[in-house]
Amino acid sequence: MNEDIVLHVENVTMQFGGVVAVNNLSLDVPKGKIIALIGPNGAGKTTAFNCITGVYEPTNGLITFNGEPIVRNHPVGAMKKTYAGLNADRYTSKFVLPKEFDESDDAYEKRKEALKEIDKYAFTDTQLAPTADKITNCGIARTFQNIRLWKSMTVFDNVLTAKHMRAKQNLFSATFRTSIAEENRMKEETVQLLEEQNLFRFKDDLATSLPYGLQRRLEIARALATNPTLLLLDEPAAGMTPQETVELCEFIKEIRNKYNLSVFLIEHHMDLVMQISDYIYVIDFGSEIAQGVPKDIQTNQAVINAYLGADNE
Amino acid sequence: MFKKINNALNPSLRHPEQERASRINKVGAIILLAILYVFLFVLDNFLPAGSFTGMLIPVLRKGAIYALLCVSMNLLNGFTGLFSLGQAGFMLIGGYAYAILSIPASQHAAVYQYFDGGAIQFSIPEFFSSFLGAGLGSFVGSIICIIIAGVIAALFAALIGIPVLRLKSDYLAIATLGFAEIIRAIFQWNGFGIITNGSNLLRKYTALSDIRWDIGSVSLKFGTVFVFLIVTICILLIVLLINSSYGRAFNAVRDDEISAEAMGINLFKHKMMSFIISSFFAGVGGALLAMYQTTIQSAAFTSAMTYEILLMVVIGGIGSVSGSGIAAFLYIAANEWWLRFLDSGSIGSIEVSFFRGGFRKVIFSIAIMIIVLFFSRGIMGDKELSITGVINWFKNRKERKLAKKINASKEGE
Ligand SMILES: Nc1ncnc2c1ncn2[C@@H]1O[C@H](COP(=O)(O)OP(=O)(O)OP(=O)(O)O)[C@@H](O)[C@H]1O
Ligand SMILES: [Mg+2]
Repeated sequence: MNEDIVLHVENVTMQFGGVVAVNNLSLDVPKGKIIALIGPNGAGKTTAFNCITGVYEPTNGLITFNGEPIVRNHPVGAMKKTYAGLNADRYTSKFVLPKEFDESDDAYEKRKEALKEIDKYAFTDTQLAPTADKITNCGIARTFQNIRLWKSMTVFDNVLTAKHMRAKQNLFSATFRTSIAEENRMKEETVQLLEEQNLFRFKDDLATSLPYGLQRRLEIARALATNPTLLLLDEPAAGMTPQETVELCEFIKEIRNKYNLSVFLIEHHMDLVMQISDYIYVIDFGSEIAQGVPKDIQTNQAVINAYLGADNE
Repeated sequence: MFKKINNALNPSLRHPEQERASRINKVGAIILLAILYVFLFVLDNFLPAGSFTGMLIPVLRKGAIYALLCVSMNLLNGFTGLFSLGQAGFMLIGGYAYAILSIPASQHAAVYQYFDGGAIQFSIPEFFSSFLGAGLGSFVGSIICIIIAGVIAALFAALIGIPVLRLKSDYLAIATLGFAEIIRAIFQWNGFGIITNGSNLLRKYTALSDIRWDIGSVSLKFGTVFVFLIVTICILLIVLLINSSYGRAFNAVRDDEISAEAMGINLFKHKMMSFIISSFFAGVGGALLAMYQTTIQSAAFTSAMTYEILLMVVIGGIGSVSGSGIAAFLYIAANEWWLRFLDSGSIGSIEVSFFRGGFRKVIFSIAIMIIVLFFSRGIMGDKELSITGVINWFKNRKERKLAKKINASKEGE
């Protein structure tokens, strides 16, 4: 397995009842790169993010972070039953044994071995569905499409509270102020993050009183406060003015370099996507329809059709 | 008049003005508390017993106990956003634990008359009295009993929290309410009578009147001082917690569970913490209530008790510690003292025929309905009372009036 792949998503399917929001999605985010996930409205982009960050437990698939499996859900055992019942042929998961598959087949065995190397629990009933906080603890941070700042808190507290997870303290040392040095360190780092985002002058304002564009910036600051190595941005430019979007573009590159981040972003704003991304995945109705570098995607017929189709609706 | 509770800036980041205000508030609070304690001590010992002190003392004591109960409920319902209605259950556990552990050995036969003197045959205050003397012994012993009462309530919370805290808001309320009712039924059940005395009441345990200091022939009473001391310490601890990193995490969970979890806050762990801590203080409050009442019976810990506390929290302002305190004292004073005349059948010497038993409750309910309908954010909202806040409020009154006028004229245009 490639050492430089930070996030590896393999055959992830997310099904809500009859709706298949993400269908057999596979992608890689290499270290230090900015990767984009695009697609028309309702394509399943946010759902893919939610599977990666542990908000949803995918119906099927494997997600590894720095080579370690963080989410795993194989349709074997009890899962296989529900899975095979609903038009089983649509899901050509590498984890499922197709009905007519010959187990003695060489290719199958090879595939199996390769998978076991990534995930020793492949082909077992073992599920891995950690809560979102554990995944954040691994070093994946995210922002939300529909901004989810803590509304009763100030700008300062929003960022400071995100530092709680990594603080070296316990209930007693925090209550009795014996870990005050740690608290002060958290606060100083918060000041730095806010200054970097030009948000420091708003530090005592309620987070929700900021204009939309600044709220998005604040969400990024809050995500950075958790010390991530991979940053997931869900439509960071939505609601921003053109000027703000240009600044955002620079800013994302800046923080990528400063914090050695890999960035995985969803965006509708094509100018931004084409300018910033190293590689693009396009999905429609949950399935991947194209992938490639920006200039290939721009001329890709399937992508154009998907977007025009969506526009015509 | 108000300062946001989570003013999280550390001294080095604060404006010099904020720095000064915080110092004034701290010193001022200490001075006010000192004055309060001197007054309470005088009230306990030197003010002539009359109808005024006869009302003031119980109202202050009960008000302080309810202030603690309100703040502990606010920690859970207001600051962590968990709508729990199990307060009466944890108070019951705390009150009973306290009473059972402090009934003197010699009184067991009388108290547990239907259960052969009961199973537990020792008393913690009595043990301490044996070498510290009666007054100091009851003081130390009752404090230890109170702490144990809180710990037992917290243990119960830890136990039921595991299944219950996975539920969403309405279901959580129903489950905790059910828990409180089950606890009440269990404590009334004669099967556990050798410990709980079944449906009979517990009495003769160390009460507030036992907290005193005998010097020669003089006996100094510390009942009210004691209640306020325990309550002040407990509320101080809760305030310290709320203003710590954990308090901010609780707020994050309340504001948005999904983003709290996405920022690495373990929801279950933090909900559990808040639930256990809140229940600990509910247990302490229950123990204090037992001391105040001198007898305790599980039948009294109905869900109406929880609703009453919830009402005080709402009146004070969900998410405001000082609001909870103010509301608790006002509510208790109004209910037990100021509105009593409505039940008495007369105002002064004038006979009023409809002023009779129960009329007070009618007026009280209407008053509360009006408050909840028209001041739904409560007295304090989610702000806190502070000395500099009050000073500034008075200072800025003129400016505010002016601003109002300007606004009004703008709207008129
Ligand atoms: N919790 C859920 N339950 C049921 N269906 C869901 C759920 N979440 C998403 N979906 C469905 O999955 C599909 C994909 O939704 P998703 O939000 O991932 O789209 P998206 O690509 O992010 O779209 P947009 O560009 O509008 O943000 C939609 O049809 C949506 O209705
Ligand atoms: Mg979306």
